[in-house]
Amino acid sequence: MKLYDYVLSPSCYKVRLMAALTGVKLEIRAVDFHPGAEHRGPELMALNPAGSIPILEDGDLILTESAAMLTYLAAKAGPEWLGSGAPEETARLQQWLSFAHRLTASLGGARLHEMLLRPGDIGTLQAQGIAALRELEAGLVEQGLRGMRFLASDRPTVADIACFPYVALAPDGGVPLDPYPAIRLWSRAIRSLDNFIEMPGIHRLHELKREHVEPGEV
Amino acid sequence: MTHDAMIDEWYPVGLFSQLDTNARKTALMGRPIEVAVEAEGHARVTSGDGRSLPVCVRYGHVWSSLGKPQKDLFAIPEADQPGRTLVDVGVIRVRCSPLRAVENFLDIAHFPFVHTDILGAEPHTEVQDYKVEVRQDADEVWATQVKFYQPQAAKSASGGITTEYMYRVPAPTCCVLYKTCPPRPGEWDVITLFVQPLAEDLCDVWPWMALFDDATPMTDLIHFQQTIFLQDRSILENQIPRLLPLDPGMEIPTRADLTSVAYRRWLKRHNYTYGAQLVAQ
Repeated sequence: MKLYDYVLSPSCYKVRLMAALTGVKLEIRAVDFHPGAEHRGPELMALNPAGSIPILEDGDLILTESAAMLTYLAAKAGPEWLGSGAPEETARLQQWLSFAHRLTASLGGARLHEMLLRPGDIGTLQAQGIAALRELEAGLVEQGLRGMRFLASDRPTVADIACFPYVALAPDGGVPLDPYPAIRLWSRAIRSLDNFIEMPGIHRLHELKREHVEPGEV
Repeated sequence: MTHDAMIDEWYPVGLFSQLDTNARKTALMGRPIEVAVEAEGHARVTSGDGRSLPVCVRYGHVWSSLGKPQKDLFAIPEADQPGRTLVDVGVIRVRCSPLRAVENFLDIAHFPFVHTDILGAEPHTEVQDYKVEVRQDADEVWATQVKFYQPQAAKSASGGITTEYMYRVPAPTCCVLYKTCPPRPGEWDVITLFVQPLAEDLCDVWPWMALFDDATPMTDLIHFQQTIFLQDRSILENQIPRLLPLDPGMEIPTRADLTSVAYRRWLKRHNYTYGAQLVAQ
């Protein structure tokens, strides 16, 4: 499976993270998004006329939407990430999977503006990002009242992975996460999953790392 | 901000390869400027009031100044050495003092914690003794004999090595790092951080490299350096106070901070204070 990837892209990171969590090995094809704008060049535009990355290629299958990539990886290697199939859970999972687009447009736009000097109305992007974060915070609090730690269920699903990167990187776009305790707990729960991988701006939980013990020392 | 000595320094204002005839609107030390390329291929930098500013093109970037530079841009002789791959890493904006961006680049002690498993790893956290001096002839801050254990020192490194570094500050917002070159022992890889001060607490950072590495694709070299710098960015944006303190009142440095101490003293002595806090608050 080949991922057209940019190391600083939260959408590409979603796919790398999902692959790591489900144990799928990806072949990475690095795309010079910045400063080279290779995603708008002829080779990648032929693959994805939308001119966006990530692009996931597996044989004849070419995916250009990250939600579809997460679903594909889960269906192939970790069906438990697609939820139990119960109607309400499935609905919540689909709800947050679609909602992730709002995070990309608002918090992702603010981050590109503040970090890589992309054009945009920063005040509007940040305000829309804050509105989305408040909705997510409320959703997580309600899940907590139902006794569930994740967006659709008591275990993480593709919906959590779809929402997590742009939320965790909100401070890169000048949107602090301090006002959202439920989001911070949820973020911590995701970062402590087995086989979690980080990206620049999302740091590892050092305090959860096992102390190094030499063989025979115990 | 009153006039200070930094006004007469050269600053990076754009990648030469990315200029076109449509002016790039940017800023230098709080003033709007425009950077463009003219029909005959020369770079042109104009201030907001229409004044033509000094220009030079070097190390992949266009450089300019609001004042009157007293000397040419600092030399990096390795940049002209045949066989090196020159890497334009591209701009990254950081909401921090331009001086803090340089100081962070000079620090080694944070490697295992911020650049985990790349430039450092626990438990190899010790910064061994190294030498720091201000070279009087060139008036530059130098740190030499810096050694650090690194799991993946460069894209061309396979496995952990003890890397040797030299750091050089030839201008108040520029830093040149010389580093063990895994494929070519005896030579140094050159990694620079050129910082464009937009305001006292906002900067555009232009990393640039001159490496001996034929094997790694250009995009991978760019991504390696962007990864490292983006790990630093969130730390830089959270440093308090926002301006770099030049008054020693509030901080207690350790042995590992020798380069930072020398850099701050050098800034203070030259009145390079744009982005600095002069009195502890």
